Amino acid sequence: MMNSAEIAVAIDGLRVRRGRRTVLAGLTLSIPRGQVVGLLGPSGCGKTTLMRSIVGVQKVAGGHVEVLGEPAGSAALRQRVGYVTQAASVYDDLTVRQNLAYFRRVLGAGRDDIDRAIAATDLAANASQLVSTLSGGQQSRVSLAAALLGSPNLLVLDEPTVGLDPLLRADLWDLFHRLADSGTSLLISSHVMDEAARCDRLVLMRDGAILADETPDALLAQTGAADAEGAFLALLRRQHPRHGLERGAS
Amino acid sequence: MTFSRTFATAGRVLTQIRHDPRTIALLILVPSLLIGLVAWIFTDTDVFSTIGPAMLALFPFIVMFLVTSITTLRERRTGTLERLLSMPLGKGDFILGYTLAFALLAVAQTLVAVAYAVWVCGLDIKGSIWLLIAVALADAILGTTLGLFVSAFARSEFQVVQFLPALVFPQILLGGIFLPRDQLPDALHIISDWLPLSHAIDALNAVAGDTHDAAYVGGELLILGAFALGAIVLGALTLQRRTA
Repeated sequence: MMNSAEIAVAIDGLRVRRGRRTVLAGLTLSIPRGQVVGLLGPSGCGKTTLMRSIVGVQKVAGGHVEVLGEPAGSAALRQRVGYVTQAASVYDDLTVRQNLAYFRRVLGAGRDDIDRAIAATDLAANASQLVSTLSGGQQSRVSLAAALLGSPNLLVLDEPTVGLDPLLRADLWDLFHRLADSGTSLLISSHVMDEAARCDRLVLMRDGAILADETPDALLAQTGAADAEGAFLALLRRQHPRHGLERGAS
Repeated sequence: MTFSRTFATAGRVLTQIRHDPRTIALLILVPSLLIGLVAWIFTDTDVFSTIGPAMLALFPFIVMFLVTSITTLRERRTGTLERLLSMPLGKGDFILGYTLAFALLAVAQTLVAVAYAVWVCGLDIKGSIWLLIAVALADAILGTTLGLFVSAFARSEFQVVQFLPALVFPQILLGGIFLPRDQLPDALHIISDWLPLSHAIDALNAVAGDTHDAAYVGGELLILGAFALGAIVLGALTLQRRTA
């Protein structure tokens, strides 16, 4: 059991319905401070809904979400939580720098934050380009840069590395760890299992439920699998024995 | 709500529009061209002198309504609104920022339209031209605020365009352009009293014909302002930080 000073996000019995579908049915989870936590699971398993609930933009049907000691979505958190949605939510008819300049003023962050965010996301060469002229990967980096403004205590990143070249992906993961080392808590979703090894802690999700919440090493040791993909499969087979017929072969 | 965030938002909207010269050109020129067309149609009659002032209410109102509602809808759909509402941006900052930016464009649009109607099309204004500009401007701003408000109820560009015939056309039909409002059936006359465009057209006609004193026009301006303010408040109320 972590004490509250070590917890960035405490979720208790979170229930979310979208239309008639129940996306999260009583989810409980703790996310530690100062770590890179990976949220892995197939598309449609509720990762984005969980992240939206933490950021406080999701209507919830029940349960509690506490972020950095405050109820999720409370006014005090709006400067302390950075959120990157899956689609790059930036203005495509503004330049990179104009986008960041606007978000900086909304956040009330320092002027030099813009250059820091541009450097961290390797966008210096594109700073005065219109976002609409950038590639998809570059656009999602602009979105990430906007979330870095004001040095939030918690970063919630929904698939931030999709479509990026491997070198840049590695750079970004280095950045995430540097941020974590300086005390930032990060929750990063991905459906690419090979990113799992780069996380301090893994949360595996399926059908709106948490399958596992472990360090990568503990997860592999527990399941006897060689990688996160294997661990995911092993956990699924434990839950659904009828899919476990070929277990002997592996 | 803070001035700095409201002005930052207005500045950002204007910067976006600055990157789109074609929109600026359409915004500034289209109402004037339409007024010119109406004047041309009625060249050999004196109809333009009676409906010309109403045209100054009509076209800027429609253009601003459309442009604003689509711009804000785009903001909802691209996720930037959600990002802003997860940041310390007040709902009022957002709505007022947009109102301010488009009001500035409305000033340019109104000045061009009034100048064109008066000096090129020969629209006869017996009253104060400044009062005329004030009413036309209030009307364009009203179009902006209504556009902001209705964009909350549209899920797509298709829907938002449908709000034009649904919300704006009845105001045109009942506004006294087709038939003076006092000749409408009683029920429609009462309804038309509650539509903002009726008051804009009444005020413009009053200034053009110099039929009423400035206090009357001021009263109509207040009514237009109240409608605009109401739309701003309702627009801010419809912004939800949490969505399904």
